[in-house]
Amino acid sequence: METPLTANIRPGREPLDIAAYRKNGGYRAVQKALRSMAPEEVTGAVKDANLKGRGGAGFDAGQKWSLVPMGGNAHRPKYLVVNADEMEPGSFKDRLLMEGDPHQLIEGAILAAYAIQADAAFIFLRWEYRLAAGLLKQAIAGAYRSGFLGRNVLGSGYSLELNLHISGGRYMCGEETGMLNAIEGRRANPRSKPPYPQASGLWGKPTVVNNVETICNIPHIVNNGAGWFRGLSRTGEGGTKIYGASGRVRSPGAWELPMGTTLREILEEHAGGMQAGYRLRGLLPGGASTDFLTPAHLDVKMDFGSVETAGSRLGTGTVIVLDNRSCPVGMVLNLERFFARESCGWCTPCWGGLQFVAQLLTGIEAGQGRMEDIGLLERLAGMLAPGHTYCALAPGAAEPLASALRFFRDDFERHIREKRCPWRDA
Amino acid sequence: MLSDEEKEEINAAAAAYPVRQAAAIDALRIVQRRRGWVPDEAIAGVSEFLKMPAAELDGVASFYNLIFRRPVGRHVILVCDSVSCWLMKSDRLLERMSGILGVETGQTTADGRFTLLPSVCLGACDRAPVMMIDEDLHTDLDGENIDKILERYE
Amino acid sequence: MSTPTVRIFVESRPYEVEAGQNLLSACLTLGFDLPYFCWHPALHSVGACRQCAVKQFRNENDAKGRIVMACMTPAADGVRISIDDPEAHAFRAAVIEWLMLNHPHDCPVCDEGGECHLQDMTVMTGHWRRRYRGKKRTFYNQDLGPFVGHEMNRCIQCYRCVRFYRDYAGGGDLAAFSLRSQVFFGRHRSGVLESGFSGNLVEVCPTGVFTDKSLKRHYTRKWDLETAPSVCVHCALGCNTIPGARYGTLRRISNRFNGKVNGYFLCDRGRFGYEFVNSASRLRSPLMRGVGGGPAAPLSDKTALNRLEEIIAGSRGIAGIGSPRASLEANFALRRLAGPDLFFSGLSGQEQALAQKALSVLKAGPARCVSLKEVRESDAVLVLGEDVTNFAPLLDLALRQSVRQKPTRELGGVIPAWDDTAMREATRHQGPLFIVTPAPTRLDGISTSACRAAPDEVARLGFAVASLVDGKAPAPLAVDGEARRLADAIARALEEAERPLVIAGTGLGSEAVMEAAANVAWALSTAGRPAGLCLALPEANSMGAALMEGGPLTQAVAAVESGEADTVVILENNLYRRAVPALVDKLFTARNVIAIDYLDNAMMARAGMVLPAATFAESDGTLVNSEGRAQRFFKVMPPEGGVKESWRWIEAMAVAAGALEKPWGTIGSLIRQMSEEVPALDAAGEAAPGDGFRLHDQKVARQSRGFSGRTAMRADVNVREDRPPGDRDSPLTFSMEGFQDRPPAPLVPRYWSPGWNSVQALNKFQEEVGGPLRGGDPGRRLIEPAPGPPAYFNQPPAPFARRRGLWLLAPLYHIFGSEELSVFSLGVRQLAPASYLALNHADAAGLGVPARGLAELETEAGFLRLPVRLIDSLPDGVCAVPVCLEGLEGAVSRGEYVRLRAAPEE
Ligand SMILES: Cc1cc2nc3c(=O)[nH]c(=O)nc-3n(C[C@H](O)[C@H](O)[C@H](O)COP(=O)(O)O)c2cc1C
Ligand code: SF4
Ligand code: FES
Repeated sequence: METPLTANIRPGREPLDIAAYRKNGGYRAVQKALRSMAPEEVTGAVKDANLKGRGGAGFDAGQKWSLVPMGGNAHRPKYLVVNADEMEPGSFKDRLLMEGDPHQLIEGAILAAYAIQADAAFIFLRWEYRLAAGLLKQAIAGAYRSGFLGRNVLGSGYSLELNLHISGGRYMCGEETGMLNAIEGRRANPRSKPPYPQASGLWGKPTVVNNVETICNIPHIVNNGAGWFRGLSRTGEGGTKIYGASGRVRSPGAWELPMGTTLREILEEHAGGMQAGYRLRGLLPGGASTDFLTPAHLDVKMDFGSVETAGSRLGTGTVIVLDNRSCPVGMVLNLERFFARESCGWCTPCWGGLQFVAQLLTGIEAGQGRMEDIGLLERLAGMLAPGHTYCALAPGAAEPLASALRFFRDDFERHIREKRCPWRDA
Repeated sequence: MLSDEEKEEINAAAAAYPVRQAAAIDALRIVQRRRGWVPDEAIAGVSEFLKMPAAELDGVASFYNLIFRRPVGRHVILVCDSVSCWLMKSDRLLERMSGILGVETGQTTADGRFTLLPSVCLGACDRAPVMMIDEDLHTDLDGENIDKILERYE
Repeated sequence: MSTPTVRIFVESRPYEVEAGQNLLSACLTLGFDLPYFCWHPALHSVGACRQCAVKQFRNENDAKGRIVMACMTPAADGVRISIDDPEAHAFRAAVIEWLMLNHPHDCPVCDEGGECHLQDMTVMTGHWRRRYRGKKRTFYNQDLGPFVGHEMNRCIQCYRCVRFYRDYAGGGDLAAFSLRSQVFFGRHRSGVLESGFSGNLVEVCPTGVFTDKSLKRHYTRKWDLETAPSVCVHCALGCNTIPGARYGTLRRISNRFNGKVNGYFLCDRGRFGYEFVNSASRLRSPLMRGVGGGPAAPLSDKTALNRLEEIIAGSRGIAGIGSPRASLEANFALRRLAGPDLFFSGLSGQEQALAQKALSVLKAGPARCVSLKEVRESDAVLVLGEDVTNFAPLLDLALRQSVRQKPTRELGGVIPAWDDTAMREATRHQGPLFIVTPAPTRLDGISTSACRAAPDEVARLGFAVASLVDGKAPAPLAVDGEARRLADAIARALEEAERPLVIAGTGLGSEAVMEAAANVAWALSTAGRPAGLCLALPEANSMGAALMEGGPLTQAVAAVESGEADTVVILENNLYRRAVPALVDKLFTARNVIAIDYLDNAMMARAGMVLPAATFAESDGTLVNSEGRAQRFFKVMPPEGGVKESWRWIEAMAVAAGALEKPWGTIGSLIRQMSEEVPALDAAGEAAPGDGFRLHDQKVARQSRGFSGRTAMRADVNVREDRPPGDRDSPLTFSMEGFQDRPPAPLVPRYWSPGWNSVQALNKFQEEVGGPLRGGDPGRRLIEPAPGPPAYFNQPPAPFARRRGLWLLAPLYHIFGSEELSVFSLGVRQLAPASYLALNHADAAGLGVPARGLAELETEAGFLRLPVRLIDSLPDGVCAVPVCLEGLEGAVSRGEYVRLRAAPEE
């Protein structure tokens, strides 16, 4: 089993410096692309690789790039933004990649930038990733020194400035248009779409935003080709995927596995199954903003299409496990409080709807709920549907809520009937 | 207003952007690193230095949760209260911290040593529950190791 | 010109609507009641509130459909939507429920109650039961200064306030703070809102967060206000207003939409400057001074009229001194009384020359004198000499829109014009806008280039631009280097524009600047780029005064001195504000001086007889704005006590003098006579329907259907309900019995429609939403340029040279303080700066005046001792003084060279 993304990562040890990285074949893809591939060819390869964006939405990376205006008449400058915000609760895969192999990300960013002919790129990193910040800064400096960044990269005539932007801290910054505003030093409200960032992004100029993991795949696609990349997967969606698990599993962590590995394999083989005394009640397959799945779904293949068919989303692919000794209502309340707190306050369904949802759940968890609250919550979740709001934050919040009301309805009713949380004193 | 070092550092940050105002968040953080928080004079200083209205800058500052517009202690503790840590009983951790320090979340200890803040997911869910003190991440917290950790921060 | 239309389907029924708009405005235009908050016809769509949700269907067979925001969805050909769809309906009800989560439900004590868009939309959406049991978020409010109240707990986070204040009006000190359901809209700290357009927040905010503080001092609900269409009297732009009165006092001014003029907005001087009407210094009865001066004694109406008759009968000749702030009608009446030879404009010699210059330039052509609408639509602008923000405030707001025209057009329709955020993201650059003035202006920040120059240099640059555009226009000598490059850049930008515009005016007191502006506009027109010309004038009826063709003040004084006139009638004019005291004093050597005005002032203190005039709020009349648009205003409340409309006082005198066979009786017959006798005003009567106009045999009601307490209004005096006061002058009545629906545009007394109690009811009065009022925007243009080749002005001034020991005195303006009437408002007075003398650093140092020191200024009008304010960009050898701030009335005769010296500290 090939694990290209984590091949250089050695747990507990410093990541490779630029020399070691190069010795392991690093920056070969940049050399190859800049010397022998037209930008459109890089995009073409990524398109053929069927690389779905790893930020959560699963949008086809190559296709996203191909929407950027190319050629002499295109608006300039153009920008690439690497989304390293990773604030989705339960997600910690991008951290692994940045702390483990920072040059891989930089090489990927150079390739992506070259493909869209970006003049400048930003890595948007959340402040809390202090270790990653230090490593990336070092790595960027190294890449400049070795001529992979800056004016006239490797004498190819292509120039690229890469900067690290450290966030002021907000979940909303991870939403790609909110991120653009954040980089511009503004409030991270989302922007209206269309126009998409590819047409009008940073400072109104063409911009592509991609997730860290997405970008880390690029060097390998360029080096080894789209066919090889598709072959890494167990399904039609190309590549490997960094999956993870947290909660009461025996060995929580993150692993690079073929795309389409089943939930069962992730949880039982890699995460070691449940801790002693705990049973699996449910799980969020890809972070806080995905629908609950249940033990009945363990054989679902973890790729974008299959998880969607099962009624949830792959999201970030990092699984959050709900055990039998934790209160489902409490968990949903925790999630919804998070979303309500992080709402940017721009559109009503989100700031108002989530305040309402959080208040109702607080009441139920505290034993002050009424039976009609359940129906109300259900209707509220339905109102926070995609398209009803400005960005995907609120619809994301609705997913665990709606599915919890479906799968754990008894638990909600019990809270209301017993006027207390049955897990409180347990 | 701003010190010369602050100005220099802000200028360096602004060089990354085509528009000076884009350095607003960098500037706020630069100020905060030196002063612990962002007082009103700093808002005035930065807004003048970046040529943007103070109101707009404060609108930005008040949007982000890692920009402090109120004084904090010498050390800031961010206890993750998001879902994976919650599943690992982070609420008890927070209660315990609160008990040890004698403050509620959002408050600063009387001796000005610690400010206790809840935080969104710190991205270390596989080692929950976790917290950050200043720039250090502390993982796999249980009742026992907290005291020792706190001792390290004067 | 007909705009292309598309066909959309609402509830499966087809409708033709104008292309290029969004579904919300299309639906509102079609008359559907679709609720909304964040959308505003002038601010366009951002899709934040999600209130305007409708169901959109892919085609006839799509039964499922999906929810879309009407304001963010193009009304494209074939689009099918449903407003009534149950899911859409439920979603809209949910949005209102969310908006109301934190709202305090304090309508009974809220100033907005009864005209609240949030109330209207809540009722429309059918939200009536509260299900939220949690705590509401609460805020501290801020003191935002004398004009605008702040009650943040009522906020529904629609973002309209900041979108208007910052994006539309360019203000920097109002922002959104924090996030989630706790967004706070306010200033960084408590303090006066800096924008001169802050009052619009009152109307832009859909609920009671931002309220009118001046109204609060004498609060009245909308339904209890008597209202009538009116026109602002605080500058020459003539913004349309709706004043509201109760119990004989004026309570507030709101905006009256006129698509060609002010559109949706007013400036703060116009909105809050009305309090002079209620001022304690109002004259309420005629006064008469005994022989040899002494205090004036009040007279009854009847005695006053008798005395007037005596005076007139005993006069050899009557000099009538008109006024640029009085109506055409009052001026005409005076002209009739005095005769054309002894009728004077009431302007100083210099003012007269400037006004005549402006009028002749606009008549000469070929450049068109533009409306404010055309200013908003211009795509390249040159401002010569004017600080429009302070001199003609709404021009500032209009220019802030014009700088977005070119970038918007360059996008070539990729982003729909109504998609506000997307458009602003994509069009970060602005312009072109060039500003050439002696002192900095508020618009400099959005200009392509703002350059400082002495008045003659401003003119010379203009001449240079004109000569670059058309070689036939005379070129000034010695414009080179920096100035030449600037002239080139300006010429190029204007030539490339589709709708270039040149702005100048009388503010600087320089005819040469207006000539230069005319040359530029004419050169562009000659070069096939039809340019607009906008000349700012100082007072509400400055243009009317110019059209009336009376001589200047100097001639009036001559007539008195020669004995040709032994009686002087001064109409609504404090001449001490415009001329040196020595000259004005001479008028008072006449045997009789009769002054007609509404406020006590220096003139009143000297006139033998004082007649209390009605203000704009208590009279009817026509004002001609700087565009040349005649606009009618109507009484909002009847004049009371001894107060009469000026023209009525003059009418009585004219009859006594035999200048009038029989009284006009109504303003209508006066207007008819005026149109016959003054050719330039022959169309002035078309500004509004005449007094005989009726709708369904009814007059238009000044009182709303809900007007309350009518039977008790005077119960402390008399329990019998009085008959409403009659009104022979207009097709409006002081009563609720009358036409309550939608009258023709010039007669609209308020915006109200079933279910729409707030100002947003305006949508129902427009032909299409955001478009002109039904039947066309009010007003009648009186001036059109003559076509044909221009006769260029051919005497560019010589380069400005500083004179030894002398400074050129330039005028400065302040939106609050430089205008006569508005300073009677508490808030305006509070914000008016203290007098000062402006100098640049080097000049101040040369004089030995320290920063914040005092200087002595010697002018034709006398000595003045003033604190010095350093304005570094002022050209060398130029000093500046604010016009008509307290203590400086009459002091600034423009273009004068003055002596300065450092004054010893006291
Ligand atoms: C509220 C919200 C938060 C998000 N946070 C992140 C994030 O932290 N990291 C990320 O890569 N994508 C995040 N996304 C998804 C991004 O909007 C975007 O889809 C992604 O960065 C695109 O990259 P990809 O195409 O490579 O997946 C978030 C989306 C939403 C709506
Ligand atoms: S859904 Fe609306 S309020 Fe929520 S984060 Fe997105 S835009 Fe902001
Ligand atoms: S009016 Fe359409 S979303 Fe606010």
